[in-house]
Order: sequence, then structure tokens, then C-alpha cells
Amino acid sequence: MTDQEIKNKIKTEEYFVNMGPQHPAAHGVLRLLLTIDGEIIKNVEPDLGYIHRSIEKMCERDSYQQIVHLTDRMDYLSSNINNEAVCLAVEKALEIEVSDRVKVIRTIVSELTRIASHCLWWGVMGMDLGALTTYFYAFRDRELINDIFEETCGARLTMNYNAPGGLMYDIHPNFVKRTKDFIKHFKTKIPEYDRLLTGNVIFQKRTKGVGILTKEDAISYGVSGPVARGSGFASDVRKHHPYSAYDRVDFKEVLLTEGDTFARYQVRIMELWESISIIEQLIDNIPEGSVKEPTKAVIKLPKGEYYQRVEAARGELGVYINSTGAKNPYRVKFRSPGFSNLSVLNHIAKGSKIADLVATMASFDFVIPDIDR
Amino acid sequence: MNFLIMNIPLNIVSTVHDWIYSIMPETAASITVMVLIAVAYLALFAVAGLYLVLLERKVAAWFQLRLGPNRVGPLGLFQTIADALKLVSKELTSNDRIDKFLYNLAPYFVIVSTLIGISVFPFSKQFQAFDINIGLFFLIAVSSIGVIGILVGGWASNNKFALIGAMRSGLQTISYELSVGLSILTMVLLTGTLQLSEIVEVQRTGGWLILQGHIPAIIAFCIFMIAGTAETNRAPFDLVEAESELGAGFHTEYSGMKFAYFFLAEFINMFIIASIAVVLFFGGWLSPFGITDGITWFPEVLWFLIKVLVIIFLMMWFRWTFPRLRVDQLLTLEWKYLLPLNLANLMIMAIIIWMNWTI
Amino acid sequence: MSYFSDIYNGIKTLITGMKVTGGYFIHARKGSLTQQYPDNRETLKMFDRFRGEVVMPHDENNQHRCTGCQSCEIACPNGSIEIIWDRAVDPETGKKKKKIDKHIYHLSMCTMCGLCIEACPTDAIVWAQNYENSVYDRSYLTKTLNQPGSTVIAGVED
Repeated sequence: MTDQEIKNKIKTEEYFVNMGPQHPAAHGVLRLLLTIDGEIIKNVEPDLGYIHRSIEKMCERDSYQQIVHLTDRMDYLSSNINNEAVCLAVEKALEIEVSDRVKVIRTIVSELTRIASHCLWWGVMGMDLGALTTYFYAFRDRELINDIFEETCGARLTMNYNAPGGLMYDIHPNFVKRTKDFIKHFKTKIPEYDRLLTGNVIFQKRTKGVGILTKEDAISYGVSGPVARGSGFASDVRKHHPYSAYDRVDFKEVLLTEGDTFARYQVRIMELWESISIIEQLIDNIPEGSVKEPTKAVIKLPKGEYYQRVEAARGELGVYINSTGAKNPYRVKFRSPGFSNLSVLNHIAKGSKIADLVATMASFDFVIPDIDR
Repeated sequence: MNFLIMNIPLNIVSTVHDWIYSIMPETAASITVMVLIAVAYLALFAVAGLYLVLLERKVAAWFQLRLGPNRVGPLGLFQTIADALKLVSKELTSNDRIDKFLYNLAPYFVIVSTLIGISVFPFSKQFQAFDINIGLFFLIAVSSIGVIGILVGGWASNNKFALIGAMRSGLQTISYELSVGLSILTMVLLTGTLQLSEIVEVQRTGGWLILQGHIPAIIAFCIFMIAGTAETNRAPFDLVEAESELGAGFHTEYSGMKFAYFFLAEFINMFIIASIAVVLFFGGWLSPFGITDGITWFPEVLWFLIKVLVIIFLMMWFRWTFPRLRVDQLLTLEWKYLLPLNLANLMIMAIIIWMNWTI
Repeated sequence: MSYFSDIYNGIKTLITGMKVTGGYFIHARKGSLTQQYPDNRETLKMFDRFRGEVVMPHDENNQHRCTGCQSCEIACPNGSIEIIWDRAVDPETGKKKKKIDKHIYHLSMCTMCGLCIEACPTDAIVWAQNYENSVYDRSYLTKTLNQPGSTVIAGVED
């Protein structure tokens, strides 16, 4: 019998498997409906909404100082950056110019948050692929950042440190010293991460050539962040539309062209080095100045639409505020980076195996509350 | 140390043996003796399996910058008793669409094959339950039966994830048995016998086999360790029970005592692979440089256990450092890398023995 | 020939990885990060700015600084603070003034955002550093911040 006749005689059926909302590798409550044939995936359909908390609707009820704390809980790993986005949008609308001190501190705190988020991403990526010790080493470093934040603003995950007009309190006197100690410690740890996971032959075989995303697809689906930069699409908001103090620091935008999982992994590791260099350039001379510009007790934005984009740890986060002059916004919309990145998953996961899907999802670094809001 | 004290257990065993033979006819007495030995081994290795679990948890914790269980009992030594009590008292859940007979039968395949495998090991010159002249061959044959348990368990669970896991495990075990068998065969060329106690005797006079066989023996040891970890479904080859991919693999639907059988069988399998490595490569119960040779059974059992624990530590080190391999990479590793290397190694060993280049 | 160099490089990277974890194993005792929590309650001290719970400090005469101005109630985003006030004649000036009767704080709904503490004009409420807030009955989480029988410190104006 020829090959084709054999294939016709032995019928295989595709079946549906639910990588369900409660799953150790789904990074949150994400339901993926997979259609698989043996071990090959034919279709991936994400099913969202398990953690939708109507944050955008709640923002319509709250005043402008109160909507900042809701953004903490969207992408909780880069909570400072989310707060900064909303505060920048409100300041842009009110045309307030914050002092240099505030800009520099906001940049340093954002970069520390980015490092913390990438640390956790690294730990979870190792864990998804089976190396269970990487999680603990990543959390050890993240604990130091959490201690820095706890001393300055009192919280470890949902910081709520920015406020429209500046910051809520001034930094603690120990902030500079603790940050410098952390940088010194962390510079010895990244090579260790490389030795443990990046250079490992099993890891490279699992991630090279897997989940390839071409540059044209990245642009047409609207992905952003390290996912896009791993495919060659230069989309760093800090470089192309600078805000806060990013126009006065010198850093490279990391771009790789292969577009596979290993490229996205390397982009994030190199971003860790870039973040460290940004902090080093800024930490020694924080200018003096006021920490909070005075605003009215009841903020009312002039009528119109305002948009502000920032570079969160996962991609480009956009905040759109539509105001009719009242003391609450009429409509607030968050353009979440994870939502656009998730839409590409079906396209690149077709034809790969389940184990490849897990590796690809780990490299995309989803945080589902960011997608569902 | 009073060496005569250590003879007391041996005296007890031989008196009990003689007494049983005196009060019953021949066949009944031998059956009774075998049953007694089986019960003793069962008790001993159930406890040993549980303490291996505790050792794994402590070792894992020390790799991960934390301390393991240290609340229940001093240094957490009673943790496994708490775990065993928990497993025994759990409710045995199952669907109503499972294949009842096969579902209940599957764990027994796994645990019985591992316990049969334990019985042939020489823990000391006097302590060997079952010294047959085809010891190694019997051992490999029996450990292949465990695969049936996994496949049957995955099929009977009526669960897609369990089925995928069981299929993966089946093909993994069958492939790596080849490598295990070939590396053992490489060492058997040196010893000339399959009987386990004779293998240890050869090492007493000539030195440990890994030194006698130098290069091909070291390569055979490396291949044996890799294939051995794959046989027991441990990381980095644990895609069968890959927690981050498919829930829990083939034992998703098992709970309570049946899950305990699968779980224990994995650890006792690890013990078996380590014991084969120790007997074949590192001299069994002999002490290095013959330090305590001649002192009855106690130091010999101790040396055996120390060597086995070192190899088990090596396997645990592999588990907690490396990510896991994908299914097709697993098979590539076996069929394209390990098998040709193994065959080439076998020929090199044959040439070395023929030209008398062994140490 | 690349077959053998592949194998050699692969094994080299594996051994490098094993050395990293092996190093941690050897120094496990002193590098261990975990704290034995219930045993170290006496020595565990949170940072000063840690956001534990909102409290109203009272001095030794059972007096607090809250004037019942309701700024915190307006500032709270989700209604975790309820102020019950009434009017009383102020003994000094003889005019009717707001006076706090009960300052009810729902710890179960509080998101620890800190807006109430920023909004208070008299620094009446501050952060406490306790982190053990679990109770068996949810009604214990609705707290009244001002203690019974307490009065405002004289001279505090909002």
C-alpha cells in the first residue's frame, strides 16, 4: 500500500483539549481551547474574561486621584509603570510640568520595577520548562527590590506611589544606598542566570527555532515590547516617544532578528543589563526639587481626549482618557500590551507541539489580569 | 567494636531457618521462609521508599536556598510518617466511566515488578535474598514489566491527559531499555558472569570495574546514568508527569493508596538503578582499598548504602538543575546519539579485553 | 566530526549548570533565605512606612486628632470609611461645630491605597505595621477607629 492509502485507511481524529483556567503553566486564569492531532496543534483559541473586574468602568466613577490605585492591579508586576502612565496622562491634560526630581525618581522606580518583572519572568520560564530551581533564585533577587520599595512607599506589589502632580511621598533616605547595593549584587547574578539556563544545551534545543514570529506579522498584529523586538520591530516607546527622564539617559534598544523563543528570551536578558545601566546613570545625581506639584483638591480635566503611552515590562501600555469637564472621567481605556500579544499566539502555534506551545507562552510573558482588566 | 555482637542477627536468622525446616515438610518450609523474607523486604523497602522521599525533599530544598521539612519531628524525620498516614487515609476517588478492573490492577503491576527487582541485590556477602545465576538478566526482564502498569493505568483512567502521558511514557521506557541493556552488557564482558554475587567477587580481586575497564567503562557509566534516569521517568526526562504541561500525566485520576503505589515505585526504581550502577561499576558492598574487609555484615551493608546514596544524590542533582526535554528530542537523543555510542563502546571494550589492555 | 563536538559542547554546558546549583547546595545553611515565621515574631519588624492597617493614635489622655471633617471619607475610592458625626456646641467659641461620633473603617474592603491618610488635614490617621489580620468572623474586620469616650485634642482645626 502506498503512503497515501495507509493514511486514508488509518483514520485519526482531532480532539479538543482544554488547557483550562486552572493550569500550572497558563500564567493566570487563561483558558486555551486546543485542537490537537496526536501531538501536533491545529488550532489555539484563547478564552478570556475569567478575571475581568471592570476596572475601566470603575474608573468612570472615581476621581482622577483615585483611578491611580486601580491601575496597580492590572499588570501587577509592573505596577509602578501603570501608575506613571495614568499620572502622565492627567498631567499632560492639565499641562502641569513636574520637577526634575520627580522625573528622575519616576524613571529609577520604573526601571527597578522592570527588573523585578523580568526577574520573575525568568524564574517562571525556567519553571515552565522543567528547571524548578530557577524560580527560587529569581525570587531571591526580587525580594531585594521588594525591600527597596517597601521602605520607600510601604507596599511590595501594589505600590500606588505616583499621584497626579508628582509622587505621594519623598523617597526614604536609605533608597539610594539600597539601590546601589542591589545593583552591585545583581550584576553578579545575571551571569549566573546565563550559566544556569541560557547556555544549557537542553534549554537551547527547546527554544531555538520554536514559535517563529516574522517582522511583518509582528507589525500587522500590533505586538509590542520584547516580543516585537525579538522579531526585529523597533518599538521601544522609551526611545521613540520619550517621557519622564528617558531623553537624558543613554541606553540601547535591544533588537534581534530571529524571532524565535530564544531571541525573545535574549532580548529580555539584555534589557536587564540596559535597565541596570539606566539606573546607574541616574542614581547618583537625583536633583533637588519639589516632590509634588500642588493641584486642586478636585481635579477637573478640560474637555477633550488625551492619550499617553509608556513602555511597561510587557510592551506598550496606552492610557486614553476622554473627559467632558466633569470631576470624573467620561471614559478611560487601557490599551493593554498582553491583549495584542495574545492575538498572535494562534498564528505561530499552528503546527507545533504542545511542549512548544508552553515554551512560546512562557516567552511571551503573559499576565492575564493585564489582558482581562 | 565487638565483632561478635554483629554475629547475633546472623545467628538468629539461621536458628529461625533451622527451626522452620525442622517442624514442617520440605516444600512447606521453603515456602514459609520465602514468605517471611518477602514480608521483611516489603516492610523494609516501604519505609526506605518513604525516607527516600524525605531525602529528595530536603535535597531539593537545599538546592533552592531553603530548608526542607523541619517541623514534624527533629529535622523533619517524621514527615514521611505524616505523609504515609495522609495517603492511606485519603478518599479513593474515581470516575464512574473508568474501566474498573484495569484501573485497580494498574498500580500493582508497577509496585510488584519493582519489589521483585529488589530481591536479587547483594547487600552484603550474607544478605542476598535470591542469588540466581542469571541475576542481571532477570533484573532487566522484571523491570520491563513496570511499563505495562503505566500504560494500563493511563488507558483505564478515561482521561485524555492521562492517555497522552501514558503513551509518552511507554515509548520512552521501551527506547531507553536498549541503552540500559547495552551498557550493562559492556560491563558483563569484563566480568564474564551474570550472577550478581560473582560480579562483586570479581571486583574484590581486581579492583572496581570502572577502574578495570577505564575508558569504555566510564563511557558506559555515563550512558547508563542517562538511560537510567530516563527509565525511571525522572527529570530531565519527566515529560510523563510534566506538571506544567498536562496536569499530572498518567496518574491524574489516582489518589490515596493507589497513587502512593505509583509514587513509591518511582523512588524504589531509582534505588534499583542506583544499585545496579553500584554493583556493576563501583564494587557493590566492597570497601575502597579493602579497609574494612573481613568484618562481618555491618560495614558492608553500610558501604553499599553510602555508595547508593551518592548515586541517588547525583540523580537528584540532575532533576533540580535541568529543564526537561521534548518528546522528539528524547527519542533523537536515544536513537541517534546514545545507541550508536553504545554499540561503538561495546566494540572498544571487546577489543580492549582481547588485547589484554585492562588494568 | 561536528557530531562529537556537539556532544562535547553539550556536556560542558550541562556541567556548568550543575556547578551553579552544586555551589548553592554546599553553602545551603548560610545562604538559606527563608525565615522560620511563627518562631521569629519578636524579632520581625516591618519598615516604618509599611502599609498594614489604618489606625487612629490616641495619646495618654485618650484624645485623638480627628475633627470629623470627612475628607478621608470623600477621598476613599471604594467606601471603606464611614464617618458618623453630629453637631455639638464647641465650648471655646460657643458655636456649633462638627464632632466625630464614630469613625468606622472596613478593613475587609480597604485596598491600602493611602489616599485617606494623604487627605487628612490634621494627621489623625496613620499606618500601623501589623500584618496578622485574619479573623474567624468577618464582622471583626469592621473596626471603629476612635476609642469610646475619647475626645479631640483641644486646638486641632481642620
